[in-house]
Amino acid sequence: MPSMTRRQAYEARQRRRATLIAAGSTAAVLIALIVLIPLTPGWEAVKHSFFNARVFEKTFPGLLNAFVMDVAIFAWCAPLIAILGLLLAVARDIRNPALYPLKLFSIVYTDVFRGLPVILVIYLIGFGIPGLGLPRPWNSPYIWGSLSLILVYAAYVAEILRSGIESIHTSQRAAALSLGLSSSDTMRFVILPQAIRRVVPANMNMFIALQKDVALLSFIGPVEIFRQAGVYKSLMANFTPYVGAALIFLAITVPATRFADHLMNKQAKARS
Amino acid sequence: MKFLTTSALALMMATGAMAAESCATGKTLTDGTLTIATGNPAFFPWVLDDAPEAGKGYEAAVAYAIAGKMGFDSDAVTWTRTSFDQSIQPGAKDFDFNLQQFSITAEREEMVDFSDPYYTSAMAVLTTKSVVENGAEPTIASLKDLVWGAHATTTALPMLNELIQPNTAPLLYGDNVDVTAAMQAGQIDAALFDLPTALYLSAVVLNDGVILGQFPAENTPSPDHFGLLMAEGSALKPCVDEAIAALKADGTLAAIEAEWLQETTGVPVIK
Repeated sequence: MPSMTRRQAYEARQRRRATLIAAGSTAAVLIALIVLIPLTPGWEAVKHSFFNARVFEKTFPGLLNAFVMDVAIFAWCAPLIAILGLLLAVARDIRNPALYPLKLFSIVYTDVFRGLPVILVIYLIGFGIPGLGLPRPWNSPYIWGSLSLILVYAAYVAEILRSGIESIHTSQRAAALSLGLSSSDTMRFVILPQAIRRVVPANMNMFIALQKDVALLSFIGPVEIFRQAGVYKSLMANFTPYVGAALIFLAITVPATRFADHLMNKQAKARS
Repeated sequence: MKFLTTSALALMMATGAMAAESCATGKTLTDGTLTIATGNPAFFPWVLDDAPEAGKGYEAAVAYAIAGKMGFDSDAVTWTRTSFDQSIQPGAKDFDFNLQQFSITAEREEMVDFSDPYYTSAMAVLTTKSVVENGAEPTIASLKDLVWGAHATTTALPMLNELIQPNTAPLLYGDNVDVTAAMQAGQIDAALFDLPTALYLSAVVLNDGVILGQFPAENTPSPDHFGLLMAEGSALKPCVDEAIAALKADGTLAAIEAEWLQETTGVPVIK
């Protein structure tokens, strides 16, 4: 490579050296783990209970099947959360004094639903409302369980959107108003498009969390992957099905997390 | 002097022989005490008032009877509590044996040891008055059309699929209380429990609870046998099995059952 300057050659050497060191230390750690863990006295028992190939083979197809339920619940909850969250965030930003009750509602709503444990809301709404005497199919745990998730997650999403809305400088609002836009048009055409774009990565994180919290619906009856794994666990007295379920969750959440990171990086570059 | 030594030796040998009479000597967690685990909380009619130390309730009484046969006085018994998951986790157990209506299955046997069964339960259908008024009958055909619920970590689910094969997939819950809550909310019509638990839930927990019928153990292809759970390869297993066999032979087990488990003959048999 005759075109390489001395400086470039030096930097290339440095990079190679760093890569080698990183590879070496990673390999050392991995080898230590692979060699040391099996030397512990309880390893055989732990392997038998958590990493049992026979149990894994037997239960994995059933787990995959049950995961369809998780995906379905997620699919109908996510858009409703986005809509309700947006409405709450906009209500929170209302500046018209006559509409203050709406703003107050939004404040109280987010305070309450962000403050409650999800599982309590699921029990309360999932068993409580159908217990009032609703006929089938309107007492279904799918409907009321999903509603609980929507109510709680909308509160979080509304707060994220609010932070986005507040991050848009007031001068933009003033400029839009001075151009003759009404305050609702200002929100719709000037503030929201920028605000939503800014909080996309944060919202991605919420949806990754939602993907996992869908499993909480199993407390009120639906047999999704977490419950199915629990059934296998109890029938076989073996924890391997949970490991199988974890792998399936990771297969979805790791790519989603990487994608969120990618969006965040892109945004950081665009701003700098 | 020589006489003294020999007599001391003879005395030692005699006490040694006496201790050797008990098969469990030196095999328990702490020498001289038997550590027994049960659920947290432990439910009626298995343990009364969540206080196994009192020896009241079927499993509490059975535990003390087994301890007695193994050579432990009731003050040599200590109690501890575990969840189902704690009782099957790998590693050292903190109990000598654990009883909380564990059903013996071949797959569980691979991970832990079970004693010979101390109770074999009929399975019973728990439902509510309104479901019965809507025409549910104790026949398989009628039961198939109901919406079923079950406690997820029990053998009720495989039993349900084996005995009834419901038309809609059952809903599953984390404990008995949640099953009854779902029944109260009208989300499920019926649930399958072992008969003593079903009797308790219908009488005490559920409003308008009804036991629609039972599947007696002798009519069930793979009946629900309850066994004491021990660590895999437990040295205590032969002693426990021996004690249970003795209790069965001398009628103690039947007497405890008569005392603590309610009369079950009034419940119709499902055909």
